[in-house]
Amino acid sequence: MILAQENAPLFDWDWVGRNLDAIWERTVEHLALTGVAIVVGIMMATVLSVVALRRPRTYPAITAATGLLYTIPALAVFALVASFVGIGTATQRFITAEIALISYTLLILIRNIVTGINGVPAGVREAAMGMGYREWERVRQIEFPLALPAVMAGIRIASVTVIGLVTVTALLGLGGLGFFILDGLRRSIIFPTEIIVGVALSVALAALIDICLLGIGRVLTPWARESGF
Amino acid sequence: MIRLENVAKVFGGASAPAVANLSLEVDRGELVALVGPSGCGKTTTLKMINRLIEPTSGRIEVDGRDVMTAPPHELRRSIGYVIQQVGLFPHRTIAQNVATVPRLLGWDEARIKDRVGELFELVGLDDSMLERYPSELSGGQQQRVGVARALAADPPVLLMDEPFGAVDPIVRGHLQGEFLELQSRLEKTVVFVTHDIDEAILLGSRIAILNVGGLLEQHDTPERILASPANAFVESFIGAERGLKRLALHPISEAEMSRGPVIDITAKPEEASRVMDENGVSWVGLLSGDRLLGWVDGSEIDGRPLAELAPREFLVSLRSDSSLRAALDAVVTGHARVAVVVDDGIYRGMLDLEAIAEEITE
Repeated sequence: MILAQENAPLFDWDWVGRNLDAIWERTVEHLALTGVAIVVGIMMATVLSVVALRRPRTYPAITAATGLLYTIPALAVFALVASFVGIGTATQRFITAEIALISYTLLILIRNIVTGINGVPAGVREAAMGMGYREWERVRQIEFPLALPAVMAGIRIASVTVIGLVTVTALLGLGGLGFFILDGLRRSIIFPTEIIVGVALSVALAALIDICLLGIGRVLTPWARESGF
Repeated sequence: MIRLENVAKVFGGASAPAVANLSLEVDRGELVALVGPSGCGKTTTLKMINRLIEPTSGRIEVDGRDVMTAPPHELRRSIGYVIQQVGLFPHRTIAQNVATVPRLLGWDEARIKDRVGELFELVGLDDSMLERYPSELSGGQQQRVGVARALAADPPVLLMDEPFGAVDPIVRGHLQGEFLELQSRLEKTVVFVTHDIDEAILLGSRIAILNVGGLLEQHDTPERILASPANAFVESFIGAERGLKRLALHPISEAEMSRGPVIDITAKPEEASRVMDENGVSWVGLLSGDRLLGWVDGSEIDGRPLAELAPREFLVSLRSDSSLRAALDAVVTGHARVAVVVDDGIYRGMLDLEAIAEEITE
């Protein structure tokens, strides 16, 4: 296998210049695949966390099941889901990709939500009940805000994980920035520029999203900064 | 104001009841201390009043209403609640914490703001703390905020579960004193849980002593419990030094004070000798009108006008609202025969060991 042409430069800026539109499109696609996976993942994890918190006996089963999903190799998950959903149409491919991506977020999100809520000090919960909060008011106004640092930490890890995984969906013809990595590898002579662009932007995206979420978390929990709560 | 009638609580899976057939009445404006060893059901009893725990049987009334008739959240908004862990909401500022119940009750913002300011003054918190978070406050300050939050909507009833248990003894002493003062002004109906009999004696207008399983052993004033414990359990629970604890309940003003060897500085020196002889002492206290200047030794007078002498300060000087226990302690510690009682410079009299002892033997 030839890794690169002998005389060609490792990185071809001209190619980047010619393909700015495609790079932008794939970046947006990357973000869309990630965003949908995280948002749907948060919704599903919230429902499952409520179940786990209300019926603590279900928690081991929920973590075992989502833990299993988390440990199956990504390629196998895509193949498995694809065999059920199909990859004939764009919609089918999108759904296949999202189901696989979402399944990777659940364990992290559920663990952090449950840990966060269980970490609310007993005295705080008791005081809230004693003051006369209804159960739902208490969860929404007291327990959830206090669990937020843990929840945000979970969302950050899940986002970074998903941004990395999205590249694999290139095998389904999606892939966001992963498209460039796959395309670069598939050429008869490997084209490093394309691979570097795919990898570098994917990493940059992950870092950017992580920092954004960190910032959002700090704005939402000003009280946690001084106390280290 | 609060009535418990044959109240029992059996927790699921427990063989013995946590509280068995307890009847108790708390009058309007009084502070009843629920006290007893761990496992006596005092906290369970308290939590049944605001329905954090629901009784298995029996009836609980607050202000004539069965607590089971109203939704729990409405009942709780009308009852102040203070706990040992304080339980301030870490994500809310002190002002927001204090405003909790008014906000739940839907007060408008202007009224809430006024009320929070009022409460800060009431419990002695500085306005600079309004916008801070609970974690930035000391334990004592947090507990003051806890009390302010419980009082926010001016509930007639206050439930307190070892509220001063988590702070060091010095701060606890301050908080207890402040709370006594506050209670004398507000006259809330308070149920106060503690495992500390001294705290119960200090704060309670009545004390309910509970035994394991929620058995009420005695329910009476601190004075009567100390003077005549109902049974061996109560006697062992209130512990040693019953006499001293009783002294703590009485202010000096209740004791028989003597005029003591004092004389006005305008009097003649010979008059001083007469006063010393009468009292059998070799020193004399000097007064200017009703103000006590100090004392001089008989040998220093030597026929000179009293106004020219330099009186020395008394070693042991107390206010008439201090307790007799404090007076006894001061006299013993100060190696003095007597304590002088002075309120804001005004001479009230002298108190000797005999007069203090008289109070307990009565």
